[in-house]
Amino acid sequence: MLKFENVSKIYSGNHYAVQNLSFEVEKGEFIVFIGPSGCGKTTTMKMINRLIDPTEGVISIDDKDSNLQDTVQLRRDIGYVIQQIGLFPHMTIQENVTLVPRLLKWSKEKRKERAKELLKLVDMGEEYLTRYPNELSGGQQQRIGVLRALAADPPLILMDEPFGALDPITRDTLQGEFKDLQQRLGKTIVFVTHDMDEALKLADRMLILKDGKLVQIGTPDEILTEPANEFVEEFIGKERLIQMRANVETVEHMMNKHPVTIHESASLSVAIQVMREKRVDSLLVTDSEGYLKGYVDIEMIESNRNNNKTIADIHLTKIHTVHKKARLRDSISRILKLGASYVPVVDDDMRLLGILTRATLVDVVYDSIWGHEDPGKEDQIAATVEESVL
Amino acid sequence: MFEVLSDVIQYYMQNFSYISQEFFRHFLMAAYGVLFAAIVAIPLGITIARFGRLSNWGIQLANIIQTIPHLAMLSIFMIAMGLGANTVVVALFFYSILPIVKNTYTGIVNVDQVLLDSGKAMGMTKGQLLRMVEIPLALSVIMAGLRNALVIAIGIVAIGAFFGAGGLGDIIIRGTNVTDGTAIILAGAIPTALMAIITDLIMGTLEKLLHPVKSVKDDKENVDHAAPA
Ligand SMILES: Nc1ncnc2c1ncn2[C@@H]1O[C@H](COP(=O)(O)OP(=O)(O)OP(=O)(O)O)[C@@H](O)[C@H]1O
Ligand SMILES: [Mg+2]
Repeated sequence: MLKFENVSKIYSGNHYAVQNLSFEVEKGEFIVFIGPSGCGKTTTMKMINRLIDPTEGVISIDDKDSNLQDTVQLRRDIGYVIQQIGLFPHMTIQENVTLVPRLLKWSKEKRKERAKELLKLVDMGEEYLTRYPNELSGGQQQRIGVLRALAADPPLILMDEPFGALDPITRDTLQGEFKDLQQRLGKTIVFVTHDMDEALKLADRMLILKDGKLVQIGTPDEILTEPANEFVEEFIGKERLIQMRANVETVEHMMNKHPVTIHESASLSVAIQVMREKRVDSLLVTDSEGYLKGYVDIEMIESNRNNNKTIADIHLTKIHTVHKKARLRDSISRILKLGASYVPVVDDDMRLLGILTRATLVDVVYDSIWGHEDPGKEDQIAATVEESVL
Repeated sequence: MFEVLSDVIQYYMQNFSYISQEFFRHFLMAAYGVLFAAIVAIPLGITIARFGRLSNWGIQLANIIQTIPHLAMLSIFMIAMGLGANTVVVALFFYSILPIVKNTYTGIVNVDQVLLDSGKAMGMTKGQLLRMVEIPLALSVIMAGLRNALVIAIGIVAIGAFFGAGGLGDIIIRGTNVTDGTAIILAGAIPTALMAIITDLIMGTLEKLLHPVKSVKDDKENVDHAAPA
């Protein structure tokens, strides 16, 4: 859909506003540019509809080099929500919303129809059609700004901090409405923000920029679980990392790395000694290479007590395992559902790496409550855990 | 005092058609001067606004023209063009250029960059941007320039009578030429002042109507009150 190949922008002298940027955006994808002020987000976005021309590199849309296309036509095919809303004060809402269709020479009736249709999308009545922008609240204006970009049904929409100037509640509602809308209409969206919460909420993929350079690109999960470097970590924020841990952390990070194990060649009497020493009622059985063979518990030993057997001789019970890359949240709910007190964690070859216990769950919940001050978020975590119980 | 006033009224009754004729002539001369100036000055102002570098010396030149005293300017054109209405209209043309260019320039330059970017990003051509965004948004400021120019022009036309152009100034000159002509002078001066004031009011209203930040609230409120809730 959209492709950047080694794109750079030099404004004056040798200062790169954007340096050697390459990435690709799929059709229907919601990509968010994020980074500190002055890192080149707006510049990157404006190069897409050629409000700014790149100094080097190629930007192609649907495999066509945008540099070779007519700028006016190109821009009419790309929706753009400018950061400062930018509604025309001398035009009614209808005129504002249907400006691109007007440039594309749609008939009057069709434009009016379209304006009505669009207002319905954001739950605004037809009475707004004849009003002027300054008679609308900030939130309503912002909605109209977004509708204006949707009017001619462009497949690609660019949005530069479109919800920037709103109070948190309106902002939250609009974000939700918009994400919904985007999924329903299947649009490709390039979205600029410097608000991490907004990015995490909306993005299919995030592109993190610093000093005009791409630092990391990936899904919010990928970025939260594996921040590319300290800058990204800091940018995400420690607290948010902890808070998101339960959602995206892999089992590997939170498991107990020292499970109580026993070699399969050990005798039952050794097994019972180990259990007594470690105060546990079951043991994970491994072979010399560390592969998980199963587990024995006290009842199994009890029923075989009289014979002088090794563990390998008795029938080992199969045990559920989780892969080290599995999501912690899924695994926790699995433990709870199975009613097991722990689950062994294994790698691709069934080598035992550690265990996940109910105590791990306690750690996760503890972190999400005490590791973060925002009470609203705690509720969220608590709620997800409760859901899993059911 | 009352004597003078009754003399004025009497003069009006006796010379009504003459005065109304001069009144129109006066207004038309001012209007033509400003109109021709507008035809040149508005595009000029837009051009200057487009090419920032021109703005300095363009406005400087217009400023210099403006500082030439009215009588001197009219005399120069009289030498070149002889007596008559045309001389006055041409002089007015030059006087009106400055306020119109200045206001057009200011109006266009002050159009919010955000709106220009907005229009550009939506795929407007340069012409469309000018027609649909820049001019509508600058119109009330341009109108203020026209208003200013027209009011000044009405004053200058009064002097134009000395150069054989006619108009209400003609009546004033008659008054100065007769002994005890106060009433006649007033008979010319009062309509001149009125014309300037009324023109200013009408143009001011027009300017407000053309203000780009539109709102239908004012008329709407009345409707709302009238309609049963
Ligand atoms: N017209 C310009 N001329 C020269 N330098 C510019 C111009 N526009 C932007 N820059 C520089 O390019 C860099 C990137 O600017 P850009 O506007 O893309 O940042 P941004 O990431 O959008 O920042 P913000 O979050 O503050 O909007 C900045 O260092 C800025 O100073
Ligand atoms: Mg920016």
